[in-house]
Amino acid sequence: MQQRSLHAWLMLLPALVLLVAFTHFPAVATFVDSFFSTPKGSRPAVWVGVENYQVMFEDPVFWKALRNNLWFALATIPLSIGLALAMALWVNEKITGRAFLRMAYFTPTVLPMIAVANIWLFFYTPGYGLLEQITGLFGLPSHNWLGDQRTALGAITLVAVWKEAGFFMIFYLAALQGLNPSLREAAAIEGASRWYFFRRVQWPLLMPTTLFVLINAVINAFRMVDHVVVLTRGGPDNASTLLLYHLYEVGFKFWDTAYAATLTVVLLVALASVALFQFFVLDKKVHYK
Amino acid sequence: MSASSAQATRLAYNEPGKLDTVAAWVLALLWILPLVYAVWTAFHAPEYSTRFSLFAPLTLDNFARAWAAAPFARYFFNTTVLVVMILAVQLVLATFAAYAFARFEFRGKNIVFSLVLVQLMIMPDILLVENYKTMARLNLVDTLLAIGLPYFASAFAIFLLRQTFMGIPKELDEAARVEGASSLQILWRIYVPLAKPIYTAFALVSVSYHWNNFLWPVIITNTPSSRPLTVGLQVFSSVDQGVDWSIITAATLMTSAPLLIAFLLFQRQFVQSFMRAGIK
Repeated sequence: MQQRSLHAWLMLLPALVLLVAFTHFPAVATFVDSFFSTPKGSRPAVWVGVENYQVMFEDPVFWKALRNNLWFALATIPLSIGLALAMALWVNEKITGRAFLRMAYFTPTVLPMIAVANIWLFFYTPGYGLLEQITGLFGLPSHNWLGDQRTALGAITLVAVWKEAGFFMIFYLAALQGLNPSLREAAAIEGASRWYFFRRVQWPLLMPTTLFVLINAVINAFRMVDHVVVLTRGGPDNASTLLLYHLYEVGFKFWDTAYAATLTVVLLVALASVALFQFFVLDKKVHYK
Repeated sequence: MSASSAQATRLAYNEPGKLDTVAAWVLALLWILPLVYAVWTAFHAPEYSTRFSLFAPLTLDNFARAWAAAPFARYFFNTTVLVVMILAVQLVLATFAAYAFARFEFRGKNIVFSLVLVQLMIMPDILLVENYKTMARLNLVDTLLAIGLPYFASAFAIFLLRQTFMGIPKELDEAARVEGASSLQILWRIYVPLAKPIYTAFALVSVSYHWNNFLWPVIITNTPSSRPLTVGLQVFSSVDQGVDWSIITAATLMTSAPLLIAFLLFQRQFVQSFMRAGIK
């Protein structure tokens, strides 16, 4: 028995060492570093207490990024989940061209965000981008979608929804295929409308999937920035910057690592609360499996 | 209600109405439009990039120019090495860890397992600053190893494999043990072969994730010798080019091509793999 437990530890060791080195240690170190100054040249980091946090609270770009990120989350989450559900319901039925539809919905998922963001950049280009050509056909005035403060965030949100919906569709599709077919037959015999069947039978049974997808969508809302790098670089005037993008700029453009650590703490707190919410609220209410 | 009308209702449930079909198709066409547009631009001369004519001559010139303008061969090589390296290490480490969690008893098992699960929420993707410092200390900045290291131990893989291993009947173990097989032999001969679909599923998810990963690689690399495709593409399209869209879309398609082609060929496996990886 003693020997078996030794074996277990030996098998765990490599994975554990790497996990501690690149997940647990950096998470703790981030927290510690947020109370120190950024080392510069020969000057080592010194304890500054909550100064970095004060700086953060007075940093208008931080507030802007936080606000943008919340809007980004509030828009991408319901939109991508709603579309994913509609897509799954469609391709779960005997619809014309089902194979093509499924392929079309899922394709954005396998493409690199960096690559497809380039295509969207071209799409949005004022003057001769495809979007302009289409709006031009309707005689609408030219508009710089990415260059206008009012539309930049919306434009990057759309790209995120486009990228994510097909991915979430897969989970709904798997769940729908797992539903007992006799439910559908019973509902049909009872003369229930399709909408009624969806609302009273499918939707409640899909709840665990919806919550799983929801958690993923929330995490993604704080972690997707590749498209921001390509499309707007947070601009114009920080109108489309997100928390992780701001962190990236602070840490690796201005090399203010202490302040970047402080911003990371905010992200960690956000993600940890998602985890705790899932653990204590959702897992109690929804019985998985 | 007569039997035949019940039959008709049931069929109607399986055949979406006209409105559904139209909506589904409109959405699908919108979804595929950016890709179609990119293919159009990449295979036509620049003057057709915003002008659509059925008779526009096809060309591979954009691809040739893109290929010549940046070290794409090197980028392809880097990404391939990176993706293979990450996957191989992930699979080996996760297999051992999952086996320990699934079939061994030891003190603190539950605590250690919850520590592993922490990574599902707090991914290396956001711990950029500290991981960069670590790589600097290890003198690994601007290497492929540095891109891969934070992802070598995958909580997701450990979790998936543990679930799968726990579902394998213990009787198989015992039978093998009676025959004199060691724990490692049992793992290799029984558990790994039985978990094959899960390995495939994880492999597809991991490969597409790391083929597409960008933020960490862009931070930790600064020369073409270690840049993966995504970073190379970004450097190429933002610095080297003016606004030559034909060549940028050609480069974009080139970057995505291996995954896209693999996906189109093995659609069913892809979809099933993502499903499997998600449901567990």
